[in-house]
Amino acid sequence: MTRWLSKNLIRIYAALAFIYLFIPVAYTMAFSFNDSGKRNLIWQGFTFKNWLNPCGAPEVCTALGNSIKIGFLATLFSTILGTMIAFALGRYSFRGRNTTNLLIFLPMATPEIVLGASLLAMFLNLGINPGFWTTVIAHVMFCISFVVVTVKARIASLDPKLEEAARDLYATEWQTFRRVTLPLVAPGIAAAALLAFSLSFDDFIITNFNSGTVNTFPKFVWVSSARGVPAQANVIGSAMFLIALAIVISAQIYSSAKARRLQKKH
Amino acid sequence: MANHPDAAKTGDLKLSSITKSFGDFLAVDDLDLVIPKGSFFALLGPSGCGKTTTLRMIAGLEEPTSGKIYLGDTDLTDTKSYRRPVNTVFQNYALFPHLTIFENVAFGLRRRGIKEVKESVEKVLALVELAHLRDRKPTQLSGGQQQRIAVARAIVNRPALLLLDEPLGALDLKLRRQMQIELKWIQTEVGITFVHVTHDQEEAMTMADTIAVMNEGRIEQLGSPADLYENPKTAFVANFLGQSNFIKGTVESTSGADQFVNLQGTRIAIPAARNSSTHKSLLVGIRPEKFRIHNVGDATTGNKLEGGVVTDISFVGVSTQYQVEMPWKQELMIFEQNDGGAPNLRKGDAVTLSWEPHFTFALDGDEDVKSGLAGVDGE
Repeated sequence: MTRWLSKNLIRIYAALAFIYLFIPVAYTMAFSFNDSGKRNLIWQGFTFKNWLNPCGAPEVCTALGNSIKIGFLATLFSTILGTMIAFALGRYSFRGRNTTNLLIFLPMATPEIVLGASLLAMFLNLGINPGFWTTVIAHVMFCISFVVVTVKARIASLDPKLEEAARDLYATEWQTFRRVTLPLVAPGIAAAALLAFSLSFDDFIITNFNSGTVNTFPKFVWVSSARGVPAQANVIGSAMFLIALAIVISAQIYSSAKARRLQKKH
Repeated sequence: MANHPDAAKTGDLKLSSITKSFGDFLAVDDLDLVIPKGSFFALLGPSGCGKTTTLRMIAGLEEPTSGKIYLGDTDLTDTKSYRRPVNTVFQNYALFPHLTIFENVAFGLRRRGIKEVKESVEKVLALVELAHLRDRKPTQLSGGQQQRIAVARAIVNRPALLLLDEPLGALDLKLRRQMQIELKWIQTEVGITFVHVTHDQEEAMTMADTIAVMNEGRIEQLGSPADLYENPKTAFVANFLGQSNFIKGTVESTSGADQFVNLQGTRIAIPAARNSSTHKSLLVGIRPEKFRIHNVGDATTGNKLEGGVVTDISFVGVSTQYQVEMPWKQELMIFEQNDGGAPNLRKGDAVTLSWEPHFTFALDGDEDVKSGLAGVDGE
């Protein structure tokens, strides 16, 4: 018995860890099939109704649309700006580089509640009414730090000899960037963009301060939780999870198929 | 678009008073050097001697603090690296990991706006015998294969000058030997000037027509491998290329082409041409394999030193190495071929040493006999 335990302890531990991680997800998914009516707190019976009509609850799809739009714009701007900052910090030495490095970390370390409140105060002082664009600006602000950190790590791992080799092989500065640097840093940029999107999509605290009357998906869930989250929110949450999972699995299948193809060829 | 000057129109590479300093550190110190077109030239020296910096300045990856670089009559000093008809084989190859072998080799041609690259690339891949790997990525290749692709990627451009920065440093000994022969063969095949940077004296001697031995940002001596080995002008060169016995002596007289030197009490002859010093006090150098070892009283020719005692013998197959203590308490090293010519000796036997005068070389008496030894130990 002890022997069996010592042999399988790590498996048992792993199983328990996964159960712990996935129970909330499973719960969310299960309740997306709840024939609940308005209050989705108690199991009332199984139905596909919610999945067939995800926009059934009032406001849910408007809020989702806003979240996707804001997420897309925040990702776009923060990825471009953050990548440029990362290149400057990773590749050049200039006065104030260390200070900049430190300041970039500041938004990550500051409590979101403080950031959100101060931003609102700033917008109001400037006479800007909070709404869609103030939310985008706020999201770009906190996403940039994460983009910079992610891309900079990738740049640091890049062998500068490769760029020298490109220049040595008749590539101009622009061609070197386009043909060697960018393709090699691209996985880092893609990872940063995904991170920025999920941070923006998920954000509630800063958004709640700075979005005015514009509804986002997290805001919608929060407001409706007072009277019971509609099952449509579970449908959307589950769908997002499944889409992400499908992307990861197909990327895995693609890369292992590619590796197999190469193996076979030689 | 970078234009590629016609390699045929270019000539010798000339470095004129090249200096490079990094802050307070003087990496290259007022260097003058001519590398003849079509030669296999080696820059040899210990790490930190400035050889790689010199190479990077030729490639255009480093700007000289002062001085000029010419290729034929063209001043390249301010030319961007991507406009120079110069290609480099980098120390760790620097192959582009995201491109296939074919695209790695085609990179330079494509950047110069050449559309039809297939034929040239396939030809050069055939030359390095790796045509079958064209669709692989660099990480799927062995070290030796990567090395050959790095060479192919450079020579496919037909540069006027190919720079090799310690190209064999990452390979194991056996592969290194093989690649030395292969590189030499490729150089003869394509007829491009090769400039090879290395800290490995054997590698430089095997491959290069001409070697420049560098030390502390300057060229110590330049010549053919045999010339540098047989007639070193400084203790650094003598120690960096092979082993030497140094004995202190004083010039007594000169008669015609011969000089007579008092070597710790014994009068010996040196051809005046082999004395690179004008001082009276000399450091007389004799390579260990030039000595012959005799029983006391045996007939000898050439110069002779008496009163030696064997203190150590080690048998190493092709030769036997003896340590002999001389009356002035200096240990000399002697290598004898195991061809039956040397007497049977044991530790403690009294011996006489002899050698031919033209194998002697003489340096200034104030040369540091230990100079250049660290570089040998480091390898």
